[in-house]
Amino acid sequence: MHSLSVAEMASALTEGQCTSEELAQVFLDRIARFDTQLNSLITVDPERALAQARAADARRRQGGCGPLTGIPIIHKDIFLTQDQRTTCGSRMLERFVPHFDATIVARCAAAGLVTLGKSNMDEFAMGSSNETSYFGPVRNPWDTARVPGGSSGGSAAAVAARLAPLATGSDTGGSIRQPAALCGITGLKPTYGRVSRWGMIAFASSLDQAGVFGRDARDCALLLELMAGFDPRDSTSVDRPVPAYSASLEQSLAGLRVGVPAEFFGAGLEPAVGAAVETALAALKDLGATVHPVHLPNLGLSVPTYYTLAPAEASSNLSRFDGVRYGHRCEQPANLEDLYKRSRAEGFGTEVKRRIMIGTYVLSAGYYDAYYLKAQRCRRLITEDFRRAFETVDVLVGPTAPEVAFRLGEKTDDPVKMYLSDINTIAVNLAGLPGLSLPAGFVDGLPVGMQLIGPHFSEGRLLNVAHQFQRETDWHRQLPPAFA
Amino acid sequence: MSFTIETVRGIAHLARLAVDEPELEAYTQVLSRSLDLLAQINAADTTGITEMAHPLDVAQRLRPDAVTEPDVREACLAQAPAADAGLFLVPKVIE
Amino acid sequence: MEWEVVIGLEIHAQLATTSKIFSGAAIRYGAAPNTQACAIDLGYPGTLPVLNEAAVRMAVKFGLAVDAQIAPRSVFARKNYFYPDLPKGYQISQFELPVVSGGHLDIDLEDGGHKRVGITRAHLEEDAGKSLHEDFHGLTGIDLNRAGTPLLEIVSEPDMRSAKEAVAYMKKLHALVRYLEICDGNMQEGSFRCDANVSVRPRGATRLGTRCEIKNLNSFRFVERAINFEVERQIDVLESGGQIVQETRLYDSVKDETRTMRSKEEANDYRYFPDPDLLPLMIEPAFISTVRATLPELPDARRARFVSQYGLPDYDAAVLTTTRELADYYEQLVTQAPADAKLAANWVMGELAARLNEENLDITESRVSTAQLAGMLVRISDQTISGKLAKQVFEVLWTEGGEADAIIDRLGLRQITDTGAIEAMIDQILADNPAQLAQYRSGKDKLFGFFVGQAMKLTAGKANPAQLNELLRRKLDAE
Repeated sequence: MHSLSVAEMASALTEGQCTSEELAQVFLDRIARFDTQLNSLITVDPERALAQARAADARRRQGGCGPLTGIPIIHKDIFLTQDQRTTCGSRMLERFVPHFDATIVARCAAAGLVTLGKSNMDEFAMGSSNETSYFGPVRNPWDTARVPGGSSGGSAAAVAARLAPLATGSDTGGSIRQPAALCGITGLKPTYGRVSRWGMIAFASSLDQAGVFGRDARDCALLLELMAGFDPRDSTSVDRPVPAYSASLEQSLAGLRVGVPAEFFGAGLEPAVGAAVETALAALKDLGATVHPVHLPNLGLSVPTYYTLAPAEASSNLSRFDGVRYGHRCEQPANLEDLYKRSRAEGFGTEVKRRIMIGTYVLSAGYYDAYYLKAQRCRRLITEDFRRAFETVDVLVGPTAPEVAFRLGEKTDDPVKMYLSDINTIAVNLAGLPGLSLPAGFVDGLPVGMQLIGPHFSEGRLLNVAHQFQRETDWHRQLPPAFA
Repeated sequence: MSFTIETVRGIAHLARLAVDEPELEAYTQVLSRSLDLLAQINAADTTGITEMAHPLDVAQRLRPDAVTEPDVREACLAQAPAADAGLFLVPKVIE
Repeated sequence: MEWEVVIGLEIHAQLATTSKIFSGAAIRYGAAPNTQACAIDLGYPGTLPVLNEAAVRMAVKFGLAVDAQIAPRSVFARKNYFYPDLPKGYQISQFELPVVSGGHLDIDLEDGGHKRVGITRAHLEEDAGKSLHEDFHGLTGIDLNRAGTPLLEIVSEPDMRSAKEAVAYMKKLHALVRYLEICDGNMQEGSFRCDANVSVRPRGATRLGTRCEIKNLNSFRFVERAINFEVERQIDVLESGGQIVQETRLYDSVKDETRTMRSKEEANDYRYFPDPDLLPLMIEPAFISTVRATLPELPDARRARFVSQYGLPDYDAAVLTTTRELADYYEQLVTQAPADAKLAANWVMGELAARLNEENLDITESRVSTAQLAGMLVRISDQTISGKLAKQVFEVLWTEGGEADAIIDRLGLRQITDTGAIEAMIDQILADNPAQLAQYRSGKDKLFGFFVGQAMKLTAGKANPAQLNELLRRKLDAE
């Protein structure tokens, strides 16, 4: 049951081969059995999940259900869930219980999805390996000595190990695509503004975007089409109809113009990863696509640009965590300043504090122009590169990450090394474009991810390309042996 | 090294983060390496390029002036580290 | 040395919306603490601001009223600092690109002249909550009901040269925002607050002196006293060889002094940057046109019209247009008693104003309605009662209510205008006082008053004074 796609599970439910409650129980049992090895979940609430599943079954009997009614899902712990602890991977929010749902959580609930629990993540989504979580690192199901990627590492590992068929994630600089790649599943970061940010704890507001994880493109399409859409509670949400993504998956790729940016195949790329992506490109050609070399000359600027702008916004976004209204407060504060300083020092982990400090610095008097404003200009240069590329091609393709999953602890001592591993994903956030990662092979038993990037609001096209590729390949059907 | 301990101490204060002396040294080293990375943007020629604050070129939407939010005091005070008489409590503030 | 005082004001006008600037929480003064603070106002994680259209409309309305530019594109920025009444750790405000810039307001000076005060800018921002320092076991309580209330911060040029000018500007602005119905102007409740930037320099100097910002000025009187105190203080410091330190000072109305604000001692680095949760505010010409259509007649225009339409002296017109409500009262009164607009002005500015002032009432709370007062004015104009006796009528109207005609009848105040009756009475008086008559006729003119007094005594003051005078003189001078 657990190895089925969501579409297959949905038809099993429709045909009465199983109930939502049984389906939820299958996954809850797998969580109980396997998650001690992965630590992919921060909160699991079987009672709540089973109650939701029974409600979904009742709804099905009454005939009022949608395509995903009764399908289990895991929400990244960055999304607020009403009356259910929401930690954002931080000690700061260890006991924080919101009184309302994030828009996407509410939309999933309204569609009848069953929330199994909340997934582990890098603290406040700051990390690329899921090692900054206050609740301990997440492990990669393909090799538990390795990282699952981050920051949505818990969601990716859980879906890869089939602890849930679907999961939500957020992506500020690659936090959906990179863990999807490292865990061998499909993950989509939509266009900025496509999915509501209401109830998603902000890291960097102009870069954050909620997205989806699934086994394959069809599963992602089904989830995205109910999650996406205008939300009056988010000023940056775009009021534009949501296409039926699952209905355009079967379009032919004949005539598709695929651009391959040379910069994605530069010095930092592990050769075997590059080779796997080349093979995948050949498969796309076989499907009728044409492949064209393109250039993103300013891509190299994206790492320093991103690591200026994201911490700047984060330093301000995280000021609200002050120990006054909610969250961690230190013991016996001597005065107000002591309350602030110790509550924040104790509540935040090291990487979060580093980014708050860098962000504070680049916004401070005397440095604002040289760093923050300069980075905003670089952001436009990078965005213009994409705009020019999309004048001649429909999608861009390259490796999602320059290497396969690395070992736990391998990069924790050197944050700069960690930052550089985001080179292929962060430019997409700077430009607000949709990006999708899908499995494209293995290197030494570890998954390789291929990234598809399209113009704004081309999610349907990216899912279509991914689906066509997945019809011809079976990388996405592979299960990590230890979790079969 | 691009940061001095004094600069980092100042930033930590501005950001209201308690950092003890040994930590301060470690932060100074790591943050200096980050700042070296950030400084790479200085090489870019951005003459005539306007700043980009948002990925989408859209205007602010306006909300009708109506009361839509109910009183949620009890739920919110329940999350507070210290509250009494409907108020959030903090150490005495001196103006 | 002779010193010149330089003052600029920053006025925070709370906009009269029904919900907050970035959230749909209610704004009602005096609600129980934290019952009007939703997740957005509390700075909950995951919450986002959405801008209130009415707040934008009101800012534009203000901009049009002071002849300012309305920015086609303005930007909201975050002002970052930590304070317990500031839930997000930043205030959403406008910094580099405000919605309104470059306007002006004309004020009247004491010497009868006028002065144009420049308005540098006006920008939208959110208010903070309140820290309550009453004792909560040695702690401070935080009430966030006010957090997120829309404010228009109106910044003047440093154009004022005395505390009196500053107060005149502030009063003018206060009247304007109330005319525009964008702010209730209630200073006790903090709806209209003022910070004053004060500096002094040797007369004739072109460079500005170092300024101090005085906060917490919540009445016109305090503004005047605080500025005067601060000017004296600065002059004392400079004359004794000291230097002014640029700082924020708090006015203490009990001690009538300004003192350094301890919490603001540390120089702040606010790290302003564009709020990434909000997009640029784009204001189209069509939007401005719809707002322009809602502009009422502005105080200065109304004042000029009062002069031309009602023939009032400029002074009267200025007083009567001080507030929209007073001007409305006056105009309604004149419509109901159109015979003598100046008479109406005299009564509103005289007797009515005095009684309102005595009982500390606003014109909208007047115990005498325009209809009641008009009923009385009509009787003055048609000579049914004298102006003097009208005061008795007004007194009854104020204390008991009712209608002028009924009161006049009840009190028997109707004037005697019957020539025959007055003549007969005069004849009687002359007959009863032959000695005085003889003295008058032998040249003692002053005795005229004696005869008037006798007549008034006999008629209990009701004889029509003009008629009486004329008839009396005719009879006295007859032989």
